[in-house]
Amino acid sequence: MTALLQVRGLKKRFGGIEAVSNVTFDVNAGECVVLAGDNGAGKSTVIKMISGVHAPTEGNVQFDGSLLTGRSPEAVRSAGIETIYQDLALADNLDPGLNLYLGRERTRRVCGLPFLDRPEMRRNAVEVLRNLGIVIPDPSAPVRELSGGQRQAIAIARAVHWQARLVIMDEPTAALGVPEQREVMALIDRLKSKGVGIILISHNLPDIFAAADRIIVLARGVVAGERRPAETSDEEIVRMMMGATL
Amino acid sequence: MNPALTTPKTGASFLKSLLNAWSWLFLILILGFFELYAQSETGGTFIFRAYNVQAIAVAASQILLLALGLTLVIVAGHIDLSIGFTTGLAAVVMALVIRGLGVDGGWLALLLAVLVGLGAASLVGLVNGWLVAYLNVPSFIGTLGTYGIARGMALIVAGGATVSVRSDELRAFGNGDILGFPVPVVIAALLAIACHYLLTHTRFGVHTYALGANRASVERAGVDVKRHLILLFVISAVTAGIGGLIYTGRFSAGAANAGEPILLYAVAAVFIGGASLTGGQGTVTGTVIGAFIIAVIQFGLVFCGLPPYWQFVAVGLVIIVAVLVDQSKGRLTGGRP
Repeated sequence: MTALLQVRGLKKRFGGIEAVSNVTFDVNAGECVVLAGDNGAGKSTVIKMISGVHAPTEGNVQFDGSLLTGRSPEAVRSAGIETIYQDLALADNLDPGLNLYLGRERTRRVCGLPFLDRPEMRRNAVEVLRNLGIVIPDPSAPVRELSGGQRQAIAIARAVHWQARLVIMDEPTAALGVPEQREVMALIDRLKSKGVGIILISHNLPDIFAAADRIIVLARGVVAGERRPAETSDEEIVRMMMGATL
Repeated sequence: MNPALTTPKTGASFLKSLLNAWSWLFLILILGFFELYAQSETGGTFIFRAYNVQAIAVAASQILLLALGLTLVIVAGHIDLSIGFTTGLAAVVMALVIRGLGVDGGWLALLLAVLVGLGAASLVGLVNGWLVAYLNVPSFIGTLGTYGIARGMALIVAGGATVSVRSDELRAFGNGDILGFPVPVVIAALLAIACHYLLTHTRFGVHTYALGANRASVERAGVDVKRHLILLFVISAVTAGIGGLIYTGRFSAGAANAGEPILLYAVAAVFIGGASLTGGQGTVTGTVIGAFIIAVIQFGLVFCGLPPYWQFVAVGLVIIVAVLVDQSKGRLTGGRP
């Protein structure tokens, strides 16, 4: 079986500095791969080469058997890879429905004029969120009135609703309290059970061990090693992050 | 999950809806005040006289023609200070075209003048949008620049004077009635309905709100933000330009400073109507209420026999109250603006 995502020999040079070199890994459907590493290890650069924000200097990315390298972020997204950034990119003044449909809003015609179909979008948002195990108390309230975990859920729901088969999450629990971190971890499990592949960026060890099927450690722009959670320990991962390889 | 945020106490939610409706309440309050004054001092009525209602409606529609497009710009988190002189430029250009075509131009000359006047206005809007969208100039500074440019251009093409014209069609356009309603009021009402539709019922409107709250949200949703910004500034300039056309029609003359006295009232109407300087908030209905509050104050103070200068003081106070109300709303919804 070929992997859902195949990353081969990625290298990125910014001016004279080599930010990332020779990064190779796979992500399978329904699998959560954690990219671990200290600040500046190159995690974000790798992610941006997958999502189309940066073009790699060398190497390539294949998704579901077709080449992604060189495509625009929009093309990568419509191929089925959603990236959820730390800031979530939500419009705080709009309700969950409109956030879910932002850029692809539903309209219906009244006397030949298009009108937003707010009730329909709201109903679908509640449905998608319920499938992810999240209940929103008031679906007509703007998302700024929701908790951090619920806001994260809306960002994830948006990805899932538009048929993402691979979701990239950048430090999803960084700004959350402990109960909300649990909610997000439970969400990741549910996504996996739906066959969605996940790349999780994190340097929080409990998260890494809770979510990962495989851990890929980056240090100073190269892969310092790859481990399964059962085969390794906190100490080893930290040592690898610090650059004391293998 | 913080229950305090998702299920506010009933007292707080009552206060919140009161604050949301404050501009309505305030409008009713001042109308009541002036009515009471009229009853007790003159034994007459303030609101129930057709002349008063018409004068207030005309004053409000003048403010609205500048404030409607501005509402969209402010909801998107920007501002357009150039509208005052976009109005003047459109007024002067329109008057010059009619004068150039001669007295016998008729309706065709008027139509041409309207088109050229609106063309001049949308040029200012295009420049504003280009500065903000492509050169990343903060809109406050960029439109302050085009405010000066539009003002100068209007004065230059007018030769520094008021351009007076004689045209029956023009006079009919500015002072006529449609079903008993003054033409400026009808045009402002139609534009208000159009802007309300645009902002609350279209994808364009949702993107405008989202842009005001978080630019990244619309950008990552694949919306062409640069194009959107340019459109917003063009809409703002065109509605202000229509204000200039109506000015020329009402006074049979185009003046470069036609919009100058209304500019700050237009900005005030948008903020009194519930918009926020940080963007993402505001409605067309709110702006309409805001414009009426200002128009009632303007007319009412004169009605009471006070020197007209008191209107500046009164409108200034209302603006400050509006900002305070906006801030306390923010506190009630979890401290976010």
